[in-house]
Amino acid sequence: MAATRAAIGIWRRLLALLSGLLGGVFAAGPARALDLPEDGATAMVHLFSGGGVDAYGPAVLVRKKLYDKVSLSGTYYMDAVSNASIDVVTTASKYHEIRNAFTLGADYVYRETQIRFGLYTSHEPDYTANAGNLDVMQEVFSGMTTISMGFTRGADTVLKTGEPEFHEKASHWQYRLGATQILSPNWLMSANFEVLADDGFLGSPYRVARAFGTTVPERNPRTRTGRAIKFRLLGDIGARNSVFAGYRYFSDTWDIKAHTAEVGYSRYFGDDWLADTYLRYYTQTGALFYSNDATTETVYLSRNRQLSTYNNGAIGAKLQYALRRAPGSYDLKLNGALEYTRFKFKDFTDVRTGELYGYSSVIFQLFLTATY
Amino acid sequence: MRSGTAATTLLLLAAALLGGCSWLPTVKPIQPWVKPYERERLADPVMQQTRDALSAKHFEHVHDVREGARGATGVQGGGCGCN
Repeated sequence: MAATRAAIGIWRRLLALLSGLLGGVFAAGPARALDLPEDGATAMVHLFSGGGVDAYGPAVLVRKKLYDKVSLSGTYYMDAVSNASIDVVTTASKYHEIRNAFTLGADYVYRETQIRFGLYTSHEPDYTANAGNLDVMQEVFSGMTTISMGFTRGADTVLKTGEPEFHEKASHWQYRLGATQILSPNWLMSANFEVLADDGFLGSPYRVARAFGTTVPERNPRTRTGRAIKFRLLGDIGARNSVFAGYRYFSDTWDIKAHTAEVGYSRYFGDDWLADTYLRYYTQTGALFYSNDATTETVYLSRNRQLSTYNNGAIGAKLQYALRRAPGSYDLKLNGALEYTRFKFKDFTDVRTGELYGYSSVIFQLFLTATY
Repeated sequence: MRSGTAATTLLLLAAALLGGCSWLPTVKPIQPWVKPYERERLADPVMQQTRDALSAKHFEHVHDVREGARGATGVQGGGCGCN
């Protein structure tokens, strides 16, 4: 009997030690409840221009709460693409196409738990993508920690213009786990981890590779598994000024290893203007089967520059202006965002000149947001 | 049967000995150190990681199309729709 009591005593001490190490997660008191997103709408025009590609169009988001328990959202997004990229101009001819994408989402909140369900569909003349996702967020430790987990399942159909017999499929799985931790009244940090698995036709039916100086069909593996982990630190440095720093590491079974680093600064100018500036740097090593011009026979071969060794650096700014404010009624804000990026490829050449390729691109957004 | 009894006796003896020891640290659970009323500055828009979902989704789409790496951005949802 005494031995049993002693064993229980040890067990209790070990549990106390474990709960202490886990930050008191299991011993936390009542937590702050998660809130549903506010009702609102966003109307945006967006543009990407760079490397011979122009993609622009409108996008709209509408969100509405039902009975203070569920928030429904819907988005429409259009890309009018004009493509004269280096791949296209050196092996085919410039083309135009339109991509339409729709999403439907539902958020449900019960006490400290938020559940988010979403459906996504995207249509181009030769590519259809459908996906569904489920994410769960849970506040613990009196609201100081938010744990999130979720998954996305996608299924694509790949066609080829001019070849009606070409019909391929691709499947995608994404599993993610994350945590956001309040560190102090001014600082918080987040860590996100995601596993991505792809299966099926994972290339472009139009792209060609090069071997022994001539063009040959691209041959990609039909499976790919990647892992990404990202850390982000965000802090209020006083007078409504904030700074952030982030780092992401990615690696996959194609032997791509990528690092993304970003830093940023945000501040208010008066009560109506909010400005953000940031720097972003991205670098990656190439896939095992990537070659600018292969000199050996291999099972897989690609000249997709997205799979080559390269880096890019970006500088961006966002500006928000509060157009109208009616406390308790509605808010209307005008937003602009601009990002300039320079891409430098280490082993991808322009076949017209033989020189290493590089290009600059611009992302621009202008959007109006209303919350009510 | 004999070895099973011996093992149980040994386990109970070890438990009795360990129970008498005070070397196991008595760790109090860590309490939340930032109270809800101290989180006003964290709720300011200047501290939101992504202020607008539509804008964030567009940036992520552009990066996904042009870079080999994907994922762990914290932008939820899915589907790139990109070839």
